[in-house]
Amino acid sequence: MADAKAPAERPLSPHLFIYKPMLTMMMSIVHRITGGALYFGTLLVAWWLIAAASSPKAYAGVGSFINSFFGRVILFGYTWALVHHMLGGIRHLIWDTGRGFGPHEREWLAMATLVGSISLTIVIWIVGYLFIGGPR
Amino acid sequence: MAFRDMSTPLKHVRGLGPAKSGTEQFWRQRLTAIANVPLVIAFVLIVVALLGRNHAAVVQILGSPLIAIIMLLFIISVTTHMRIGMQVIIEDYVHDEARKFILLIANTFFAVAVGLASAFAILMLSFKV
Repeated sequence: MADAKAPAERPLSPHLFIYKPMLTMMMSIVHRITGGALYFGTLLVAWWLIAAASSPKAYAGVGSFINSFFGRVILFGYTWALVHHMLGGIRHLIWDTGRGFGPHEREWLAMATLVGSISLTIVIWIVGYLFIGGPR
Repeated sequence: MAFRDMSTPLKHVRGLGPAKSGTEQFWRQRLTAIANVPLVIAFVLIVVALLGRNHAAVVQILGSPLIAIIMLLFIISVTTHMRIGMQVIIEDYVHDEARKFILLIANTFFAVAVGLASAFAILMLSFKV
């Protein structure tokens, strides 16, 4: 047909990407991302333990990686991911009891997870550096 | 099926739906999550306490019974938890059946390999001391 009309402009159902990013939504996404990162981070734990069980030379290899800039960045990220995923997990456990779903509660919980994970990570690293600098 | 058996296969699957075993992984994920809280805190404390120490000291501390037991519990709980978590991620995003199957198998292999290797290393450290 020559005079076929273009499809009518009908409203589409809401799509994920039209939503304004919200803190609770970002925390949910970050919880999954940190979980995925920690999954592969266990390789670092396994490497550390196997090296310790193998030889002083192998253990020194882990040490030189950890002491490198790249190693420090990875370890810092791992620390934050671990703490963040743990606090996010506690949040999920609170939700499992049926509590914490109110508009203010869930905003507060999301903020507490973020502030808590960043500050705890910094505390752990300050303590870590004090330990390294301390007498052995 | 026997010739005279007039019952449908339905009765063999009745009661095996979500209410029976479907919540197993959901529950196990919560169980390991609860266990992970104290174990992760202990793990971080152990790692911080071992920073900068020489190999001999690390071997001795990691191999001591209390630390080794905590580390073993940490490894078992964490690898169980992460296997279920990654399975959920794969099931959410991978819709091609063949690829999903391969990734689910790889996921289990990875979790078991990391868990066993770590546990074996801890046991080696324990019995070496």
